[in-house]
Amino acid sequence: MSDGHGTNGGYEAVIGLEIHVQLKTNTKMFCSCAVTFGEEPNTRVCPICLGHPGSLPVTNERAVEYATRIALALDCAIAPHTIFHRKNYFYPDLPKGYQISQYDLPLGVGGHLDVELEDGSTHRVGITRVHMEEDAGKLVHAGGATGRIHGADYSLVDFNRGGTPLVEIVTEPDIRSSEQARSFLNQLKNLIEHLGVSDVNMEEGSLRCDANVSVRRPGEPLGTKTELKNMNSFRFLARGLEAEIERQLSDLEAGEAVRQATVHFDPSTGSISVLRSKEEAHDYRYFPEPDLVPIVLDQAFIEKQRAELPELPAARKERLIEQYALSAYDAGVLAGSRSLGDYFERVAAEGDAKLAANWVMGDFSAYLNAQGLAVEESRVAPEDLAELLELIADGTISGKLAKDVFAAMAESGQKPGRIVEERGLGQISDETALEAIVAGIVEANPSAATEYRSGNKKVMGFFVGQVMKETKGRANPQLANSLIRKALEG
Amino acid sequence: MSHDVYELSGVRCRELLESREASATELVQVYLDRMRGVDAQVGAYLLTNEEAALQQAAEIDAKPAEERRPWEGVPIAVKDILATKDMETTCASRILSGYRPPYDATAIRRLKEAGLIILGKLNMDEFAMGSSTENSAYQPTRNPWDLERVPGGSSGGSAAAVAAAETPWALGTDTGGSIRQPASLCGVVGLKPTYGAVSRYGLIAFASSLDQIGPLTRTVSDAAALLQIVQGQDPLDSTSTGLRGPLRLPTERDLAGRRFGVIKEFLGEAIDSGVREVFNDACKTIEALGGVVEEVSLPSVERGIAAYYIIAPAEASSNLARFDGVRYGYRSGEGEDLLSMYTHTRSEGFGPEVKRRIMIGTYVLSAGYYEAYYGQAQRTRTLIIQDFNRAFADYDYLISPTSPSVAFKLGERTADPLAMYLSDLCTIPVNLAGLPAISLPAGFSQGLPVGLHLISPHFGEQALVDAAHALEHRFQLEARPALTEVRE
Repeated sequence: MSDGHGTNGGYEAVIGLEIHVQLKTNTKMFCSCAVTFGEEPNTRVCPICLGHPGSLPVTNERAVEYATRIALALDCAIAPHTIFHRKNYFYPDLPKGYQISQYDLPLGVGGHLDVELEDGSTHRVGITRVHMEEDAGKLVHAGGATGRIHGADYSLVDFNRGGTPLVEIVTEPDIRSSEQARSFLNQLKNLIEHLGVSDVNMEEGSLRCDANVSVRRPGEPLGTKTELKNMNSFRFLARGLEAEIERQLSDLEAGEAVRQATVHFDPSTGSISVLRSKEEAHDYRYFPEPDLVPIVLDQAFIEKQRAELPELPAARKERLIEQYALSAYDAGVLAGSRSLGDYFERVAAEGDAKLAANWVMGDFSAYLNAQGLAVEESRVAPEDLAELLELIADGTISGKLAKDVFAAMAESGQKPGRIVEERGLGQISDETALEAIVAGIVEANPSAATEYRSGNKKVMGFFVGQVMKETKGRANPQLANSLIRKALEG
Repeated sequence: MSHDVYELSGVRCRELLESREASATELVQVYLDRMRGVDAQVGAYLLTNEEAALQQAAEIDAKPAEERRPWEGVPIAVKDILATKDMETTCASRILSGYRPPYDATAIRRLKEAGLIILGKLNMDEFAMGSSTENSAYQPTRNPWDLERVPGGSSGGSAAAVAAAETPWALGTDTGGSIRQPASLCGVVGLKPTYGAVSRYGLIAFASSLDQIGPLTRTVSDAAALLQIVQGQDPLDSTSTGLRGPLRLPTERDLAGRRFGVIKEFLGEAIDSGVREVFNDACKTIEALGGVVEEVSLPSVERGIAAYYIIAPAEASSNLARFDGVRYGYRSGEGEDLLSMYTHTRSEGFGPEVKRRIMIGTYVLSAGYYEAYYGQAQRTRTLIIQDFNRAFADYDYLISPTSPSVAFKLGERTADPLAMYLSDLCTIPVNLAGLPAISLPAGFSQGLPVGLHLISPHFGEQALVDAAHALEHRFQLEARPALTEVRE
């Protein structure tokens, strides 16, 4: 059984990832069609991205800038002279019969990403290359029960996605377990999210991940690898890797060699199917794309892109510790997601940072998880959460009551002040008003008062409870305590 | 109005329109009549744009003179390799039968913006692959000088239409000689510009690193004028640069002090004696005009054909992959799955020469063969460029015959692709080096036209048309093809 941590009966897994990232440019890689998601099929197309005869590609400069920033953030060396190649193969979603990609002169080479693992240790994953290419269209298999190609009555092609700028990131085979793979991808996603150059959303396909998987005894040469495809969520990435590692191990245990192949993870059954043997793999007949001129990236361009890099997650974590006096753990969680980190910093802008961190990581995150929302989709604006924390700090409401107010905010999107006001939830800190209530309760409970005065201080709790009951929980607890004590002790 | 159609150059049409001696409608009508009279014999046109041309002419005629652009109303015809919006564009291939492009090629757009009237689309070898226009899927085109003979190719329809005066001028494309060789065989002027001078956007690609659009005309001045209309940098073509400056109409009458290098390697056994004779006479004419003629050796150009027949098919095999029956053009009704749909569509849609080049190109790019073929061909290309650069340090022009022979008979070379490929011996290295070159009529052999080939350094188009103009004036060739207009 694979335990997800890389040791399996004396074998270790060796994993390299190939990640595709759709860039968030306004227009496509080689034409001026808008980059969109979820539009009516074939409405974001032109002669160029449909591969009409005679049409020619022109490189999107913004895409080159974004790709360069990704390569720089991964500490790659940027090629001063880079060219596009044609990758030739036939498929209906590929309008020209070739994909414009990069081959032996990629944009960036030789980078790395230091991945923080669950146990707090750091693991360096080498980045072999970062290159630019164009996305294919999308096949829709119609009819049939499964929506898959097998059993479909016919297939339709939507070219809206065709020509979207992609960056492909290839890692060295430095990953040893599904957990490491997951951590790596998570932190890569977060890095790119910080760069602001992609939505990096696996479900929408703006972040895609394939894996090269093999197993070996530690220290031995690399085993035969398979290419694992179709892991379109973080959960499926881990489960797919585990299933494939297990499949290879059981082959070896049965005395069979692992065969080179492309394999497919089926999330519904959790099983692996072998797609095609690599022996009959395509010969892509790469050659330099004659329709495009070489891209020359001079030092000034590279330095400009470097200057455009925002604060990256590792630096942000350090700053959060420094600036807000957060624990390393809290800072790590908050810097681990650009949107969560941004949200936190807006909440913490005025007020108690520790309290803000607790709320953002606690109730706020729990609310997002429960509703399945992204930070951006939250109904609670960071300014509103900050206001709520202010209401706690100035004693308007108790921390306990604040949880109810937060739930109401999440429900209605209303401001906390308004909820407190409308529901009459403000704390009673008016000494005269509370004094009258306390006096009434002491008078109505003479035996309890006597008991207190005879030395049983525990009865205090009873009186506090009665005051809270009378005020529907709105009494300022500190004030109520001192007033009760004063009334009883006289 | 009565016009001698052979006298109607593009420049002359403009003059007649400007002086109001002719209306645009009259000019269009002249050519429609001429087509009716001779095109059944010549077969230059694949499509005539009669209705739209007459309508456009009527609109132009209704305009006040001061609102007209300089070339507005001058007719033209274009090779069917250029995308024309909503007008069928087939590249003379069955696979594009019925294809109406949703856009205009940049060169077509520039013609339209200048106000020219497109008479129709001209025949060619399928996807510009060939040297005789016999590879058209639709019809052969015949040489107006001898209807038993080919017009050359691949822009054979363009050359024949100009030679037969079925249009004042035409656009063609040149990948390895496809403007210059048919110009030579049909006795017209053909100018292949510097790679990048004219945008390739909308030129249905054969070999992207070699293809260029250029004029086929009856005068050198027309070639300069038409190139000036279509040239220019284009944001839609990354490889386009435009010319370095506007091209003036040539006025030169002598060649004093100009140095001409005769490329030794292009005067070997492959050159017919009749062609050689005309060429030698042309060299004497150059000297008579004050030019210096010397022999120069460019050893690597002999390997031009070999390099070309690797690079061009390699690019073609990829460029033609888009014709898969999925989005436009021909789709076979046969086939039960994706692969067999592809196979049937492409087997039925492409002709034999296109298939041959797709196979050659696929082979030379295959894993394990790439370096031996494509890599080697690219290095050869570099050597050829270096040879030209060295020669241009000593000479203003390099010259040769355009074609080793005069027009050959239909069917004569179809069974022998290598003999056909040799037609482009002298023209191919020019494309590999991206240089500008012109072919102009220099005389006759066996009553058939022979072209003189002048090559100049990159962006040397002005010098090229200047010299060609001086020679044209001196040659004073008066002969015309003996075509009889046939009326029903």
